[in-house]
Amino acid sequence: MTSASTEETPTDPVAHGETAGREPRWKRLPLVWHLRRSVGLQRGMLVAGLVLSALFVLMALLAPLIAPYSFNQLSGPDGSFPRQAPPSAEFWWGTTVGGYDVFSRVIWGAQTAVLTVILAVILSIFLGIALGLISGYLGGWLDRVLVTLADAIYAFPSLLLAIVVSIVISGGESGFLSGILAAAISITVVFVPQYFRVIRAETVRLKAEPFVESARVLGASTPRILSRHVLRNATRSLPLIITLNASEAILTLAGLGFLGFGINPTAAAEWGYDLNRAIADVSSGIWWTGIFPGAAIVLLVLGITLVGESVNDLSDPRLRIRRRPRRQPRRTATAMKGAA
Amino acid sequence: MAAAQNRRTTEEAPDVAVDIRDLRISFATDGEPVHAVEGVSLHVRPNEVLAVVGESGSGKTVTAKSILGLLPESASASGAVVLAGNDVVQLSPDQLRQVRGRDVAMVFQEPATALNPVYTVGWQIAEGLRAHGQHSRKQARARAVEILGTVGIPDPQERVDHYPHQFSGGQKQRIVIAMALALGPKVIVADEPTTALDVTVQAEILDLLRRVRDDFGGAIVLITHNMGVVADLADRVAVMYQGEVVEEAGVRELFADPRHEYTQHLLSAVPRLTTAASDSEPAHSAQQQDETAAPLVDARDLEIVYPGRLGRPGFRAVDGVNFTLAPGEVLGLVGESGSGKTTIGRAIVGLTRATGGSLSVLGHEMVGFRERSFRPLRSRVGFVFQDPATSFNPLLSVGEAVAEPLLIHGRAADAREAAASVRQLLDAVHLPTHYAHRYPHELSGGQRQRVSLARALALEPELLVADEPTSALDVSVQARVLEVFSELQQRLGFATLFISHDLAVVGMLADRIGVLYRGELVEYGAGQQVLTDPQHPYTQRLLASVPVPDPVEQQSRREALAAHRAAED
Repeated sequence: MTSASTEETPTDPVAHGETAGREPRWKRLPLVWHLRRSVGLQRGMLVAGLVLSALFVLMALLAPLIAPYSFNQLSGPDGSFPRQAPPSAEFWWGTTVGGYDVFSRVIWGAQTAVLTVILAVILSIFLGIALGLISGYLGGWLDRVLVTLADAIYAFPSLLLAIVVSIVISGGESGFLSGILAAAISITVVFVPQYFRVIRAETVRLKAEPFVESARVLGASTPRILSRHVLRNATRSLPLIITLNASEAILTLAGLGFLGFGINPTAAAEWGYDLNRAIADVSSGIWWTGIFPGAAIVLLVLGITLVGESVNDLSDPRLRIRRRPRRQPRRTATAMKGAA
Repeated sequence: MAAAQNRRTTEEAPDVAVDIRDLRISFATDGEPVHAVEGVSLHVRPNEVLAVVGESGSGKTVTAKSILGLLPESASASGAVVLAGNDVVQLSPDQLRQVRGRDVAMVFQEPATALNPVYTVGWQIAEGLRAHGQHSRKQARARAVEILGTVGIPDPQERVDHYPHQFSGGQKQRIVIAMALALGPKVIVADEPTTALDVTVQAEILDLLRRVRDDFGGAIVLITHNMGVVADLADRVAVMYQGEVVEEAGVRELFADPRHEYTQHLLSAVPRLTTAASDSEPAHSAQQQDETAAPLVDARDLEIVYPGRLGRPGFRAVDGVNFTLAPGEVLGLVGESGSGKTTIGRAIVGLTRATGGSLSVLGHEMVGFRERSFRPLRSRVGFVFQDPATSFNPLLSVGEAVAEPLLIHGRAADAREAAASVRQLLDAVHLPTHYAHRYPHELSGGQRQRVSLARALALEPELLVADEPTSALDVSVQARVLEVFSELQQRLGFATLFISHDLAVVGMLADRIGVLYRGELVEYGAGQQVLTDPQHPYTQRLLASVPVPDPVEQQSRREALAAHRAAED
């Protein structure tokens, strides 16, 4: 996630004295590039998404400083915490039925969520890309087997699959690291087919591109073709899938926790679990235990989805909004790109 | 108020079908807005073909599309395009819809994509008629049958219910023209109407367009980069360069006496077909060829069959072809699309598998070859691809792309070591050496194709396969690339298989020419002999169909072709 400060970057490349040359590397990084290209509503969406996401990342990083209590703390210096206490100066967002401080749980929950997302995305990216490249480029029986396997995984309801995997890995409930790992791996299993599919489709397309054929004619070895020519060109749509998958990962993690297959409340804070415990509170008018973790889930998913959607639109030149040209045409016309 | 003013001016000049006045179009891009058209003024009279010529990026397509109001959202236009009393630039989308089809229609470049594959052609013609609400379903169908007959589709009564894929490319273009004609518009905009077609089909479509002008009284705005087509069809020519009209003249005056420097340059760059025996032999044919040396490529009864779908026989792309390519020789392979010329080129470098007969490349049998055993020989074969835009990895700089073969075959350990060779190679294709740091998209098509040549020659191969290396380029650029190619060929003496659909280009370069027709080699002989004294009727028809960039000569050639066709029937 990029920090929100990049929105201040000036968008006029001429101001930096860059003319025909390449822009510096950091300006070509995915999110920075998109932000510099964006205008109007698309810029608003992207900035809102980035700010929301950055907020949660900061929350995760600074959780020990922000949160007044630990996620599994049940008593302070004045004795045990009250149960189901309404918001007060001492407990900003109240306490749960188990006696946890809601505010602290929500803050610490961001850490769990961000960590799980990062783990799940990294795991599935590496597996998915490797399998997709090999399967798409070599083809044959290996390709057919892998595609069938991916389809079979697709056919499973993803939450059900995640439940099964989490039971297999951790026997249902577990501690902080193994819990996060179980959640991450179960999400990975669901997401690998997506990366696999995308990378495989790109590879199959690129395989027929003249520049890959040209490398074959030159006698390049298969690993060289894959790493130098195919891989770098196949990853263009990855930023989009990553953002979309990240939001799905959060929902899956919350779903697992909600159903009781998540992380033990003593091992880590997890919004899904807190929501589950808040069910009974709803009918008795105790709103603070459910609203805050729920809002956290919604806002983080919204933030990441906004980033994903606007990145998708900005990457496509046909969907990208551009500044209107000035009415007064000038004499120094440069070569036109592709319009004629 | 604007409309009233326009009406007054058209009354003053009633014999003008379209009047473009001081048209300016600019496009919004990520960077500075691009001004594609800068103050163009043109007019077309009824019964007249105005050809708009220029290289890609000159603004010719955008200008013509503005007549239909077909500009992308990122474009903004000023000026006036007066069509039947309306200024198209000012019209609302609803009014534009009324104008399109009724007053002006368009013939697209690629007939295969201009037709919707899931509807019958009759339905598609009727759609335009019924959109303007003057025809019932039955009337529209009758009109569709009638118009299909007019454009020369046989059995229109029956064919009206056929789908686009059941027609050939030329017939599809006829149907697209029929759709344009359906409502009897006064102006037809034809955007490269024959570029996607084979030469023999092109001649027929040009005939049809000429009839459209004569019989229907329509004005045609013809956009093309092919000066032969211009000479064949146009009455008046407007030459566009960087968004401006630099010269406008009658077709004969323009070809006989081009005024503007750019027009002169454009016309001199057009390769001319030498059909009459002349002294202008290809420059390098005097070069010594070692007749006794073993041929680099030896094809005997070569067969290439693409596997068919389950239960269907495969497609025989190449059928019993024999030819040899000696060291240092340039062999031109000519043929229309689907004739198998590209397939042969790809089979020589092992991109397509040869399935029958024998194809020996550098002494290695390519029928049933294994990549592992052929790989060492790859350093001795170069390949130049057709489309310079896609034959480079967009993420590698030009220098890296050219260094790639050196690295693969261990001639250089890393990029630093290869840098000197890369500079030499770029210099050899007349590119500044600092281009090594640029990326492919920063180069023009012609420059990219020269880099492609440099890459293919990096390992000093004995054999070069060039698959339509100039067909994606503008004429003026093509001349430069061909110049560089012949210079290098003479200096380095590599043998070349030059694949092209353009007889004039092949005639300029090749020592020997092979003509392919539906997978068979119908004619094979010395270059001049094939061009001046063709034996096979197909070669004769092919040669007669090529339009030459000279209106006077083209007229007589057209008549000869008509006589030839009549004799064949």
